[in-house]
Amino acid sequence: MAVRKDQSTLTSTERRDFVDALLGVKRSGRYDDFVRTHNEFIMSDTDQGERVGHRSPSFLPWHRKFLLEFERELQRVVPSVTLPYWDWSRDRTPDSSLWGSDFLGGNGRSRDGQVMSGPFANLTGDWSIDTQVDTRPFLRRALGGGGRSLPTRADIEAVLSVETYDAPPWNSTSWSFRNLLEGWRGVNLHNRVHVWVGGHMATGASPNDPVFWLHHAFIDKLWADWQTRHPASRYLPDTPTVNVVDLDSTMRPWNDVTPRDMLDHTRFYTFDTEPSRVP
Amino acid sequence: MRTRRRFLRGGTAALAALAVAGTTATVHQKEFDRATGKGEGGASRTGSTAGEPFDETYKGRHIQGWPTDHGHHGTGGGYRVLIDGTELHVMQNGDGTWVSLIDHYEVFATPRALARSAVDNLAGADLVPSPEHS
Repeated sequence: MAVRKDQSTLTSTERRDFVDALLGVKRSGRYDDFVRTHNEFIMSDTDQGERVGHRSPSFLPWHRKFLLEFERELQRVVPSVTLPYWDWSRDRTPDSSLWGSDFLGGNGRSRDGQVMSGPFANLTGDWSIDTQVDTRPFLRRALGGGGRSLPTRADIEAVLSVETYDAPPWNSTSWSFRNLLEGWRGVNLHNRVHVWVGGHMATGASPNDPVFWLHHAFIDKLWADWQTRHPASRYLPDTPTVNVVDLDSTMRPWNDVTPRDMLDHTRFYTFDTEPSRVP
Repeated sequence: MRTRRRFLRGGTAALAALAVAGTTATVHQKEFDRATGKGEGGASRTGSTAGEPFDETYKGRHIQGWPTDHGHHGTGGGYRVLIDGTELHVMQNGDGTWVSLIDHYEVFATPRALARSAVDNLAGADLVPSPEHS
């Protein structure tokens, strides 16, 4: 069974394997399929209309499936690789080893936001930005720009304590675990981290930055943690609801997977904080 | 060239937008004039709940925005924003705040604030026209 680990605990070999797998998927051209898919969903998911990937109950199962598909691509390059997660409530400064030149590389320079160190700096020749929102071909970041700070453990606890998975009107105005985790209401967890990283991570083409996967792997873990904490709570809505993916409706773009199929992550992987299981 | 090819896989409309960028800008300007009552026969839509029109130079960039009758790019939203004549994809949240493709995880009170933030973020770079999607 695959184990997803806290990125700060990876060995130097695991770090190198993960980077090699990312570069391999990029080289194959498949990486940009993921960037493009994410960008298309973020532009079409609206509070007033059909919404699947974001600002809706299926935000969590949609990203769980999206990450599973991406993890499989990584494993086609390096079979032992799993997605690590970034607990930004602990590794909360630009000095973190996450941003080391042997892993995700550092901050963007102030002049144009260009990342100048690490495997994903444009000057390596291995990481051009091919699915763009603007004409700049290099990865950009502005870690903690504008004096922003990452959410704290207390912020996480405040969100995990919410019992109700989601609530009408099932969008960015809902008061619910899902929307507080996504960040459109309350202390703001997921959205705030995108903004803190800045550069591409602040845009609809956010998967251009490999930290996208580590951020969402942690959001995905917080969903699992919430399930453990609230065993009586369930995915909502569980009956057909206009413009929204209910428990047993299929999600685009796959059309063969429902939120129910995604509820139990242990079918696919476990986290390093859980007892290991024999498949 | 790799960049351009990948981007254009998004659809023929994006290809057309690039190929005839000048023409597109002209069409956008006419739309803006009509929507804001500058052009002949145009009714001013000031007061629309979708947001006020604006047209200004901010940090050397020409930013414009105006309410529209119908959604664009499938947003269902009724507002368009241009930066130097290129459309910036924007969306209105259920509480009336706004996001754009450049700042998609941060909300703004008005489309003008969103356009100014996009100019700050672009730091002189040009927007790439958004791919159309079905």
